[in-house]
Parts: sequence; structure tokens; C-alpha cells
Amino acid sequence: MATGQLFSRTTQALFYNYKQLPIQRMLDFDFLCGRETPSVAGIINPGAEGFQKLFFGQEEIAIPVHSTIEAACAAHPTADVFINFASFRSAAASSMAALKQPTIRVVAIIAEGVPESDTKQLIGYARSNNKVVIGPATVGGIQGGAFKIGDTAGTIDNIIHCKLYRPGSVGFVSKSGGMSNEMYNTIARVTDGIYEGIAIGGDVFPGSTLSDHVLRFNNIPQVKMMVVLGELGGRDEYSLVEALKQGKVNKPVIAWVSGTCARLFKSEVQFGHAGAKSGGEMESAQAKNQALKEAGAVVPTSYEAFEAAIKETFEKLVEEGKITSIKEVKPPQIPEDLNSAIKSGKVRAPTHIISTISDDRGEEPCYAGVPMSSIVEQGYGVGDVISLLWFKRSLPRYCTHFIEICIMLCADHGPCVSGAHNTIVTARAGKDLVSSLVSGLLTIGPRFGGAIDDAARYFKDAYNRGLTPYEFVEGMKKKGIRVPGIGHRIKRGDNRDKRVELLQRFARTNFPSVKYMEYAVQVETYTLSKANNLVLNVDGAIGSLFLDLLAGSGMFTKQEIDEIVEIGYLNGLFVLARSIGLIGHTFDQKRLKQPLYRHPWEDVLYTK
Amino acid sequence: MARKKIREYDSKSLLKQNLKRLANIELPICSAQVTKSTDFTELLDKEKWLSARRLVVKPDMLFGKRGKSGLVALNLDFAEVIQFVKKRLGQEIEIEGCKGPITTFIIEPFIPHKEEYYFAIDSERLGCTISFSECGGVEIEEYWDKVNSIFLPTDSPLTNETIAPLIAGLPLEIHGKISDFMKGVFAVFQDLDFSFIEMNPFTLVDGEPYPLDMRGEVDENAGFKNEEKWGNLEFPHPFGRIPSPEESFIHDLNEKTSASLKFTLLNPKGRIWNMIAGGGASLIYTDTVGDLGYAAELGNYTEYGGPSEEEMLKLARVILDCATANPDGRKRALLVGGNIANLTDVGATFDGIIRALKEKKSELREANIHIYVRRGGPNYQTGLAKMQAVGEELGVPVEVYGPEAIMTGICNRAIEGI
Repeated sequence: MATGQLFSRTTQALFYNYKQLPIQRMLDFDFLCGRETPSVAGIINPGAEGFQKLFFGQEEIAIPVHSTIEAACAAHPTADVFINFASFRSAAASSMAALKQPTIRVVAIIAEGVPESDTKQLIGYARSNNKVVIGPATVGGIQGGAFKIGDTAGTIDNIIHCKLYRPGSVGFVSKSGGMSNEMYNTIARVTDGIYEGIAIGGDVFPGSTLSDHVLRFNNIPQVKMMVVLGELGGRDEYSLVEALKQGKVNKPVIAWVSGTCARLFKSEVQFGHAGAKSGGEMESAQAKNQALKEAGAVVPTSYEAFEAAIKETFEKLVEEGKITSIKEVKPPQIPEDLNSAIKSGKVRAPTHIISTISDDRGEEPCYAGVPMSSIVEQGYGVGDVISLLWFKRSLPRYCTHFIEICIMLCADHGPCVSGAHNTIVTARAGKDLVSSLVSGLLTIGPRFGGAIDDAARYFKDAYNRGLTPYEFVEGMKKKGIRVPGIGHRIKRGDNRDKRVELLQRFARTNFPSVKYMEYAVQVETYTLSKANNLVLNVDGAIGSLFLDLLAGSGMFTKQEIDEIVEIGYLNGLFVLARSIGLIGHTFDQKRLKQPLYRHPWEDVLYTK
Repeated sequence: MARKKIREYDSKSLLKQNLKRLANIELPICSAQVTKSTDFTELLDKEKWLSARRLVVKPDMLFGKRGKSGLVALNLDFAEVIQFVKKRLGQEIEIEGCKGPITTFIIEPFIPHKEEYYFAIDSERLGCTISFSECGGVEIEEYWDKVNSIFLPTDSPLTNETIAPLIAGLPLEIHGKISDFMKGVFAVFQDLDFSFIEMNPFTLVDGEPYPLDMRGEVDENAGFKNEEKWGNLEFPHPFGRIPSPEESFIHDLNEKTSASLKFTLLNPKGRIWNMIAGGGASLIYTDTVGDLGYAAELGNYTEYGGPSEEEMLKLARVILDCATANPDGRKRALLVGGNIANLTDVGATFDGIIRALKEKKSELREANIHIYVRRGGPNYQTGLAKMQAVGEELGVPVEVYGPEAIMTGICNRAIEGI
């Protein structure tokens, strides 16, 4: 360690594990300082490549994203700082990989909870290769007007308030990241501000120590005095004591070690930071403060008196002419982000999407206002979920049960119908599930499966206009339209569709009114008189019964019913139901390892 | 977080299992653990040696000097051990100013021995200090100058050559055994993320190293790497720290979250209560109340970092419950403090506190609580305004200060207030 300056106005960093906010904060700081280049040269996001868009002042810039540390270092050979936002589980490995890159000089580790033995490996490697580790468990550090690590110094307002956009004369080092920000404020109040500030992190074994940085500050000519905030636990402060005693530090050091309260606790206590543990007398705050004082540091009587001690030292240096007043600059205005401006109520912006059926913003997702947990706890079924998401209301159980019966009845109709056939052919062509599913779904329309909506529309219209079955059927015939919902390929008047019977029985028992169904039955009686295969089919049964459900439940207005029929809700029921079967056919073909389907020549009529 | 002391029983079990795996050394030690839930018949069934051998029994509670405190019984049979344990289980004792009941014992075979060696490994920032002495045992402190230490830098292997200066005084013929044992223990130390191991003493049984007494500390942060090797390792509270139900509640909450939540009850009758954000700041607020001469009135030590609103609510509830538990008509102060945050949304953090304050409206008023708030950072203006507003709503006096005020200024205000 020792030597001096770590950062400058041209320092660039590689940022490991993409986090939008800290990077944006770094770039905002850069802009505030009038830097010409952004301080983040590249981002490493394991497994991802491309670019990330971020703001540099008013302008948007694209920062390259690399999938490996090696690739990023090769692409940005001048970037010598590695800012590691990996979790505590992976921070050590990625930090070691970074230290091993010849271009990387400084590694800052944000994660809290890195195993001690791993940190020790990093310390060992950094020492033998003249590299610097800041952290783990730190917010980072800052050099006034030059470079900032991640979230250090918080908001733009705070940075401006502490005049961190230009260098001052004070070198500061502490364990605590939160307290470093507090001290930037304190120091700005009573001096010309921070030249450089480092939070070494609260771990037992920090990558670099308080004394490492004090000795480094001592070599930086612009730093005129040093402020150190230590903590009980560990012996790091004693290496500073040694350095002071040996005369290695020739600038004033104002130091305070917090944790004098530890003696209030009878047994051993682990405070907030891993390193802050009450132990032997040597490691107590009192002993360390005493030793620092004896070694020549300015040590106040309490934290409260720290500010006054800093002030007094600074003023003395000014008096001695060692510090001359610096020229103040006015930092540029950083455009406010839309999100924060909206949050604070300063601006409003129109939304681009409106949604009324579900909301995923709270503790748990809600369907039409009903939280997921009550859906599960109250034993709701798929029919209830459909009623919430499609109709935006909780329908009575007989209605949702009816919906479920419809879905079960329409789920599949064998491999030969056009939807299933298409799905089978696609699956056998080696396509994926979604392709196979949609190729089947795409056949659903006026000739296949799409009759429920039309049946409902025509039955509703005819019934509401008071047409007799004769008038209705013959009127359709005149217009050249087959009556939807009537007619079956196989079923006959004396061999009814079992599914239709089931639906009708359920409705008769449970529905308050079945007037549309009765009308459909009357129509069927008429059509059967014309031909034995003109039975009410399952589409006609669902279509007419759904009209009874909508009208009879008393939960829909007339306009709502018109709209539901118009939009085509009932077809949705068929699409949903049949998807179950089509997915089944896809899996079936794949499980059976069926080869590509080719239609046989013999089955094609080749003709001119 | 960080370093955790483990019981002697666990230290020895881990050593025995892993010494075999890593160094192929079969350690002939046996130990059994006894707590108030132990069924002695079942124990005997599992550990047959208990009836076959003469035994030693002692408390296994992270404190030392057990021999000197008369808490070790030697050369008993199993019935005598049971009698010894039953007489002392739950009994309150005092060790170096800390009082607490004895809850856990360790039973081992009684080993008549001659040699008492001292052996310790301590993890330090740049490596490990390895210490050895021929004069181990209960009087070690009187022979501290006879302890030899070497410093082994990180990444350097422990070899016979590095060990040689430590054991130079031992008879040549046992150098090999002792060296292998020390290397084996060091391998276990590294592989299982120990941060401290001490054997005082270990001896030789039939020429084989045999630890009689052992202390261990592991790095809890390495837990994720050691889930299988550690098994269900217990981290007991330091002796004398019997957590109150409130402390246990927050301790459990802290274990389950990535946020940091700490709560220590200092004085239930205290009149100054802390609700402080940040590991560094919480220490300084507590210091300051002490520096101002009001340590005796401090109700608690609390630190929180990054809690969700729900977690903050739970922590705040606990603090308010304690702070309002003993109203005596006199004014009380609640310090809602913290440094100027780097990235915590102050407004959002305060929402949890405010919900707790609203729940405890009548208790707060009855206990005559005055609230002093100081915080800066993202969105602090909103947070402070909300705190001011809730004070007016509840009829509880609230003073708020932002980043312009010195951080610990509210300690002074609180003390003037009470």
C-alpha cells in the first residue's frame, strides 16, 4: 500500500453485476464535476452482452456490457478500477479474477458477508502484486471533483451540499459507509471539504486499512489534513499509532474511535459491523483513543467534539498559510429523472397502457382486486379465476362451475379435427411447444370451433326480436347463412350429443332461468323436422346457455351482455379449453418420437 | 454475522470427523452433550462408553476457567456424573461478572495423563498465528512466556519446517506425530472456516495426540460454503447474555432477512430509547448518551439497516413496547436517529416506524414519550414531514432535524427534555 493518488479526473472503472442506480449516480457525479469521459467504461454482467443505455448529463450514452471480466479488461485497457457489486457468495471469486487482470489496480467490494478466509486470499494477492482492495462491506469512496465509487455520498443534492464536485483539502477514512457520508457533511461545514474519502468497510479484515489510507493521503500533496473515524474491535488503529510514533505521518490527523459505549454491556457484544465486537481491553474504543492521542493525533473528548476539533485544525492550517482558499465553481444542473420528478409531484406524464383486471404492484398479485392468497385459501377454481380476469367480478359458484364444465367439455375432440391435426403435424416437424400449440389455435375460426360466439349472437338477436323458430331459421336461409350451433357430422335426433345433455341438465338444475336454452331447443325441434342431423350441437348449447348465465345471474347490465357477446368472449372459452388438448397432443407426439409427417400421394387427387 | 464461538462439544465433533477426512488421523476422543432435555437412558444407549469408562464432566458454555471455578468433576462413573449434572443444571453462577444459569454440559472419558501441551491457531488479517507450548493446562497464563508462536502468511503451507521451531523442545521421537497432528488440525481449521482454535491442553494417549480441552470459533459468513460440513451447528449466546423474549424475537427476525436488525435491552426502566439506523451511527448515538453522563438511563441498543416496511414495523413495535412498559410519570425520550443515508429511502423507512407509533398511541402518551428525530438522505424531507405530522395526530411531542443539524444533537435535546 502507501504510495498516493488512486483516482483522477480521467479514472475509468469496470462495473461488475449491472445495477442501474449506482452507475447512474456515478455518471451524474461525473457530469457534476465536468468530467469529459464517463467514469464507467464498461459493465460486466455474467452471461449477458450488448449495451446499457444511461444518462451522461442530458445526453444518453450506451455503455458496453461484457459477459466476462477478461473480455471487459481487454476491451477497456485503460479502466483500472473494478467496482464489484456481486453478492457475498460470489464477490470473492470475481474480485480475485479482477485482481489477476494486469489492467486492474483497485478493486472495491460492496457485498457484506464475504467469508474472512476469502478476503484474506484477496489481501494476500493484492499485497504481493501492489494492488488495492477497498471493502468488503463498504459503500466505496470518493475523490472530490474526480471519481466516485457506486452509491458513495448518496443523492446529488447531498453531493452538491458537501461540495464534493470539486476537491478540498481533507483526506477522510472510516469503517462505516453511512458515517462517511455524515462526515462529508460535517467536514464540508467546517473546512474547504473532502479531497478524498474512503470507507474501508465494517468487516474484521478489511481489504485495506485505516492506516493504509492515512499513509497514502500523507503522500498526496493536495491533502493537508486527515480525519479518521475508527471503531472498537480489531487492532487496525494501532498500526496508525505505530506510523504516527515512527513519524511516518507529517500532516495533522484528527481521529475518533467510536464504541466507548461497549463498557455499558456486561458480556461480549457484536455491534452492527462484523468488526465491531467488544473484546479485550486493547480493542476497546477508550484504549485506542488514548493510544492515538499519545501518538500525536488530535483526539476529541467525544464524537460531539469531533467537528470542533476538525474545525480548529483546519483554521490553524489556514492561518499558517498551508491551506489557501480554493476558487469555487458552480456545478451544472443535473436534469432530474422522470421517475423521481413524478414521485415528488413536480411533473406528470401520460401513461401508455391502461389495465383494469390485475395488479402486481403490492405484496401479492391481485386478480380484479382479489389477492392471490384469498383465491387459494377460499378454494377458488379456474372458473372463478376466469370470472375475475374476464368479467372482473366474482360470479356465483354455479356460474363458475358452468364455465369449468364448458372448459372440460371442449378441451379436446380427438386427433382428427383440424386444430389437433395441425398441432400434430407441427410437433412432428420438430417445432417447439408454443409453435405447435399456436399452429393448432390458428385454425380456430368461422369453420372450426368459432361457432359459440355466432350461435350466441344469432340466438340472442332472434329471441330478443321475438322471432319464431320458423321465422329465424328461414330468415337465415334466405340470407344464405347456416344457423350456427345447429348440425352435427355424426349426431342425430335419436342419438343426441351427450355433452349437450349434460350442459342442459346442469343448467336446468342450477340456473334461475334458461329462456335462451329453451329457445334454442325450440329451434332444434324445428330444424330436426327438416333433417335428422340438424341437432343442437355443443357450440349452440354453450352459446345459448351462456346467454342465460349472463342474463339470469343478474350481475350484468344489458350493455355489458351486448359487449361480451360482441367482443367474442365465448370464443375465448373455446380457445382456452382447446389449448389444453393441443398441448396434450404436442407432448404426445414428442413422447412418441413421431417423425416428420408427410401426407401420402395416394391420398391426394392430382388433377388438372 | 462474523465470528461465532461454538461449544467445545461441537468443536471436538467437527475436529474428529474432519481430521479423519482431511488428514486420515483417527482421533480416539468421545464426547456427549447434556442439556435439560437429555434422556440419560437414551444417551447411554447411543454412547456405550459412558458406562464402560471413568468420566469427566464440565459445563460447555463458552466460558473458561472452569477448573478454577470448581465446575469440573473428574474420575466419576456415569451415575455420579448424572448426580453432578442434576445438581447443577439450571443453577445460576457468576463468571467474571456475568451471571447466568448452567444449561449445557459435556461428558468425556477421564484420561489420566502426563503431558499437557498448548496449541492454538488464530486467524489474522495477513495470515495465521500458530502457537504451541509444552506447558499447557490451567496454569497457562503463568507460563505465557513459554508459549512459542509463528506467523504463517496467507497462502503459505504449514510444513514440518515451519512447525519445527515451535516443538524444538520436545523429544525427537514424537516430533513426527505432533507435526502431523498440527498440520491436520490446521487443514481442518482452513477447510471449515474456523477463525480460532485453542487446545489447552492436548496430551498424548498411547503416543497419539489427544485434545482434552478445546475452544473454537467459526466465521459465520462462510456458512453458505459449509452447510454440509458444519451440519446443524449451534451458535450459543455469550455466557451471561440471556436474551429477553424481545431480544430473541429480533434476533430470529435478523436471521431470516438480508436486512440488519439488532436489539439489546440495557435497562427496562431506562428513559432514553434508541431507534438508530446504520452500524456506525448506532454506536455513536449510544456512545454520546454515555458521554453525556446518561448511560444509566439508556433503555436499549438498536441498529437497523435496509429493513422492509414490515420488518421496520416489527422492530419498532418491540422498541416501543419496551420503552412504554414502565411508565413512571416522568418524561421519556425516543431517539429516531441516523446518519445522512447514502441510498436508503428515509421516507419509506419511516413508514414502518409511523405504523408502530400509531398502534401504540395510548401507551406512548401514558409513558410520556417525547420523540426526537434526526435523519438525512434520499427523500428525508418527506420522512421528517411525516414524523412531524404523526406527532400532531397522536398528540405526542415530536422534534425533527435534518442533515443540517449535527447527528448526535438530538441526544442533547433528549437529555435536556428528561
